[in-house]
Amino acid sequence: MPGKLKVKIVAGRHLPVMDRASDLTDAFVEVKFGNTTFKTDVYLKSLNPQWNSEWFKFEVDDEDLQDEPLQITVLDHDTYSANDAIGKVYIDIDPLLYSEAATVISGWFPIYDTIHGIRGEINVVVKVDLFNDLNRFRQSSCGVKFFCTTSIPKCYRAVIIHGFVEELVVNEDPEYQWIDRIRTPRASNEARQRLISLMSGELQRKIGLKVLEMRGNAVVGYLQCFDLEGESGLVVRAIGTACTLDKLSSPAAFLPACNSPSKEMKESPLVHPPSHGCRSTHNSPIHTATGSRLTQNFSVSVPTLIYTGMGSGSAGKEGGPFKALLRQQTQSALEQREFPFFTLTAFPPGFLVHVGGVVSARSVKLLDRIHNPDEPETRDAWWAEIRQEIKSHAKALGCHAVVGYSESTSICEEVCILSASGTAAVLNPRFLQDGTVEGCLEQRLEENLPTRCGFCHIPYDELNMPFPAHLTYCYNCRKQKVPDVLFTTIDLPTDATVIGKGCLIQARLCRLKKKAQAEANATAISNLLPFMEYEVHTQLMNKLKLKGMNALFGLRIQITVGENMLMGLASATGVYLAALPTPGGIQIAGKTPNDGSYEQHISHMQKKINDTIAKNKELYEINPPEISEEIIGSPIPEPRQRSRLLRSQSESSDEVTELDLSHGKKDAFVLEIDDTDAMEDVHSLLTDVPPPSGFYSCNTEIMPGINNWTSEIQMFTSVRVIRLSSLNLTNQALNKNFNDLCENLLKSLYFKLRSMIPCCLCHVNFTVSLPEDELIQVTVTAVAITFDKNQALQTTKTPVEKSLQRASTDNEELLQFPLELCSDSLPSHPFPPAKEHLESASSNSGIPAAQRATSVDYSSFADRCSSWIELIKLKAQTIRRGSIKTTVTVEKASPVGDGNFRNRSAPPCANSTVGVVKMTPLSFIPGAKITKYLGIINMFFIRETTSLREEGGVSGFLHAFIAEVFAMVRAHVAALGGNAVVSYIMKQCVFMENPNKNQAQCLINVSGDAVVFVRESDLEVVSSQQPTINCQSSCTEGEVTT
Amino acid sequence: MTSELDIFVGNTTLIDEDVYRLWLDGYSVTDAVALRVRSGILEQTGATAAVLQSDTMDHYRTFHMLERLLHAPPKLLHQLIFQIPPSRQALLIERYYAFDEAFVREVLGKKLSKGTKKDLDDISTKTGITLKSCRRQFDNFKRVFKVVEEMRGSLVDNIQQHFLLSDRLARDYAAIVFFANNRFETGKKKLQYLSFGDFAFCAELMIQNWTLGAVGEAPTDPDSQMDDMDMDLDKEFLQDLKELKVLVADKDLLDLHKSLVCTALRGKLGVFSEMEANFKNLSRGLVNVATKLTHNKDVRDLFVDLVEKFVEPCRSDHWPLSDVRFFLNQYSASVHSLDGFRHQALWDRYMGTLRGCLLRLYHD
Repeated sequence: MPGKLKVKIVAGRHLPVMDRASDLTDAFVEVKFGNTTFKTDVYLKSLNPQWNSEWFKFEVDDEDLQDEPLQITVLDHDTYSANDAIGKVYIDIDPLLYSEAATVISGWFPIYDTIHGIRGEINVVVKVDLFNDLNRFRQSSCGVKFFCTTSIPKCYRAVIIHGFVEELVVNEDPEYQWIDRIRTPRASNEARQRLISLMSGELQRKIGLKVLEMRGNAVVGYLQCFDLEGESGLVVRAIGTACTLDKLSSPAAFLPACNSPSKEMKESPLVHPPSHGCRSTHNSPIHTATGSRLTQNFSVSVPTLIYTGMGSGSAGKEGGPFKALLRQQTQSALEQREFPFFTLTAFPPGFLVHVGGVVSARSVKLLDRIHNPDEPETRDAWWAEIRQEIKSHAKALGCHAVVGYSESTSICEEVCILSASGTAAVLNPRFLQDGTVEGCLEQRLEENLPTRCGFCHIPYDELNMPFPAHLTYCYNCRKQKVPDVLFTTIDLPTDATVIGKGCLIQARLCRLKKKAQAEANATAISNLLPFMEYEVHTQLMNKLKLKGMNALFGLRIQITVGENMLMGLASATGVYLAALPTPGGIQIAGKTPNDGSYEQHISHMQKKINDTIAKNKELYEINPPEISEEIIGSPIPEPRQRSRLLRSQSESSDEVTELDLSHGKKDAFVLEIDDTDAMEDVHSLLTDVPPPSGFYSCNTEIMPGINNWTSEIQMFTSVRVIRLSSLNLTNQALNKNFNDLCENLLKSLYFKLRSMIPCCLCHVNFTVSLPEDELIQVTVTAVAITFDKNQALQTTKTPVEKSLQRASTDNEELLQFPLELCSDSLPSHPFPPAKEHLESASSNSGIPAAQRATSVDYSSFADRCSSWIELIKLKAQTIRRGSIKTTVTVEKASPVGDGNFRNRSAPPCANSTVGVVKMTPLSFIPGAKITKYLGIINMFFIRETTSLREEGGVSGFLHAFIAEVFAMVRAHVAALGGNAVVSYIMKQCVFMENPNKNQAQCLINVSGDAVVFVRESDLEVVSSQQPTINCQSSCTEGEVTT
Repeated sequence: MTSELDIFVGNTTLIDEDVYRLWLDGYSVTDAVALRVRSGILEQTGATAAVLQSDTMDHYRTFHMLERLLHAPPKLLHQLIFQIPPSRQALLIERYYAFDEAFVREVLGKKLSKGTKKDLDDISTKTGITLKSCRRQFDNFKRVFKVVEEMRGSLVDNIQQHFLLSDRLARDYAAIVFFANNRFETGKKKLQYLSFGDFAFCAELMIQNWTLGAVGEAPTDPDSQMDDMDMDLDKEFLQDLKELKVLVADKDLLDLHKSLVCTALRGKLGVFSEMEANFKNLSRGLVNVATKLTHNKDVRDLFVDLVEKFVEPCRSDHWPLSDVRFFLNQYSASVHSLDGFRHQALWDRYMGTLRGCLLRLYHD
């Protein structure tokens, strides 16, 4: 009995009229946790009841505290018939279980009904008393903090970044149980909401346990998803990055609720298991096709096809002995079963050494009913297989880790595409196990400014390249080699030098597919996938060239499967990295050069393309400094294959020499127009309109090239569904429709937000789904942030920029006096690797030796990996928590201790208006400082209607629902004492309609981190006013708290 | 390719003031889009008509959802569904309750009932205001009326508290409610030259001086207090006004009054001779209006009477406004020198308000 949950129901307001006769309501409340239920008195005849109940106390296990949501039901009392439900509130009490997060949940919650939407509000106070539990074999993981943010949260410092954690749980979907035929839609929806809430609680607890096993205390970049597999069940899965975090500015105060990882670590540093998620196996009979790699930086997995008859079926039948075998193998294979994956997209400076490129893997599976929910190994195996593939792709790129890692699924009927992608990278091993992250970081910044181009340098062996690439010497340091184009799934590193501004680049693609059943369908899909990947990549590359840029960040490729088509949507932020070579232009080549008019047409197109490139360069302010050939030095010997985008490579070589390459000696991409298809492609390239002036857009956290943000932000979600007319279903028509849909959506956004100009749409996140045969649904969530156009960059230097500037000046010096700097830097390395002498010749690049050691000159892979693991083991023994310097962080440390203050602009009891809660998909709030993380928000809602027309049709229905979801998120954050949600994401928005029956249903899943932020301008004032504000925050609505 | 569904939801609800105005003015989405196109917005922003259509639809949907809350503005402040900055909330409310001069002149003083609502079609045709907008304005009047009807205390304060309107707008609504409650006739041809502002001015004076709330007869006896403090004229006061009859019925008093006024104004008035000749008629008119106010019918005709008995005669003699002011001041003040007249306080309460009203009503 390690916990006591206390709940008090204070009052209700704006309740709906339940008794038509009196126009009033006789409301009472049921409070349920687990199997215990309490009731308040009936408050007669009021729409604003004041129950002011006693404290309802639940004595529960902490395991239940983590799994179960608190369920509050508001009902209308009826003497003669059954009581009518008004609505429910589910409260996740998880935030109350960490010592540093919220201490009380108190506030007005919207009362939600799955049929009627929000029906009034209820004021609730929730507290938890946790008792210390000494049981070592407990199943709970209270105290492990969860963050959706995919970088180290702002007021924490990473002591150790342990690595990948994953888990999944499965269950039957209540919507598909037999009982659903006899119960009401409301009951069915509520059963589903409750189940998912329970499952995600359980999932989080299990992940927490894994983190504790790894001696971590937090999960960063936590991403939880639902797979609605229909008949075959419901899967809730999550991935994240286990870390040991330390709160900044109060290092001594930190202790997790139930465990003390640091202490145990000192006692047994070697047991640190580097591997996790070992339940999965490779042993299931899986048919794997061999992969072929396409174009540079981009290794595409060929989809794997699994036939259910042999796959999950056999696993189910052979049950016992098979499992035993699995366990055995799992044991023995533990050492190799490691997934060095990180869900983070932004890192502490110095963490990222080199970036190889994007790795992705997809596989097509046929869904089968999950026979035993307690043994979800089929799904586990599927994912393990994909992760293995990702890992091997990363290895092929000469990288030992994958960062910016994410997983997704697309399900249509019984076919499921599993996708995983990430960026192969070489990491600085010290960050993974070393306690002195800040220490060595500081050193590096102080004495040995890193080349900000380091991450661009190729991690793979030049002579043994995994794919044809065109290498040059780095344009920044001129010592190391860089590829001509770089694709990544991560955010732009803060220390990277970018020329000009970035922009959102999208590749969009549709492919028709025949309707088919089961295996035939899966085969058809897996046959199409490689072509789609290839074309998406081609489009991305062309558009990137057209923008005059040379790198993509935040790349996310989504492939969606529908009944009769496949959709591909790739979004990324293009930038011009100073370290990479200037991109060549795009060259158009005709197939029949003798035809005069045709050639005219070609040259016309060529001119248009050239104009567009020139215009884009101007628009995005890309003016790289002219570098004469002598400085660069002789170019690297021509690789065997030049990277070109060719429809047919064989014919082009002659033409290339003939044509006047307007972009000088730079290699131009040749687009050959040999059929109408290609023509379409070229046209579609030119149809993308740049955003109107004053607007920028990107899908990364921040816009490269803009940093003078002002404080106005507007987060929004926009949804569009189009119906295709079935007559014109050709690939071209489809592509055009899809392209128009996306372009029009963007145009609409620019128009709607025009009052915010100059502004930037950040973290633009497109999701495509195919709810029905001829329907395409696109959901966009993004945030518009204003920035100050006039304020010169120099006047708004943040510490980062300052250090950047300093870095750039220092770097020039570094180039002039390489030897001096080199000799300076060498002794400062606490960790001189044995191989150093090998690189001493090229060490004037300024890369710390430790970094070089892991990044250069590896002939053998196994060697590298093992040495890396050695390093980890070595470092695990030398963790010292006390000696950490905390001075060098991006933000200045908070002058106030544990932030107890809330946004002063909206004290809840000063006037009775609702306090403002900001929402943003970013991990920060411009112009403000996050002082406290209150826990994650992870909410799942279902809304259904049987009166679609009356609610304003599909648009009215969904508009109201999304507004309600926002309202409920805000209410929960406010009740936790927060004033913002960061890293907000709408993970799912499943919309189904049946206009003939006047019905519609929608499922939405959102998550984010509830935080307290303080405006930077208010910081000083607040610290002096802290006591009063603290009082305000605890007396929301007067007499609520004790 | 047809758009089945197209929505945009911001964490902070986007309000486009121009679209809000079009919505309030009762334009359909199609008309609103056409009007927006005409405003040149496409050229300014480089948007397409489709974008404009989608944007307009979105805003209309939002406004439609907000409308329910606007019916009870305090709800808008406390609701959680739409996050709207306070200044924007105020704007939404203020604009929603704003009304057209042309419309209000049509319904001012009419009973806010179903019958009147049926006439809205005609009003719409006559004023060129869309029927939808007429309905909204009418419903606003009616809603405010219903809420404050049974309430005690200051009319303006009640309206402000329950509808969160600006001071100016709350005063206007007080006038509308006051007129609707007392059913003052404002539609006669004679009164067409008067603006809503003129009537609102008079209403305010009357609320301040002629109602129960005015004399501060606060809830001494709450049970018997059936009349609304600010909405109904003080019955006792109206009864007492009969006592003023003596001013015109007693010939000596009337002559004395006239000589006092004439002596004081001789040489100061451009229209002195006309005044002298008309004094008895004007005085009879003003006093008779007072004595008749016990009848509901005559209360309703108050403005008609004032215009007929005072404004029109003066206007036909081309009195300048300054002379009217001189005359009315002297006319009211001189009564204090009439020794035989005992109802000085009553006279001041009546004439003080009437003087203000007449001066406002006296224009072309």
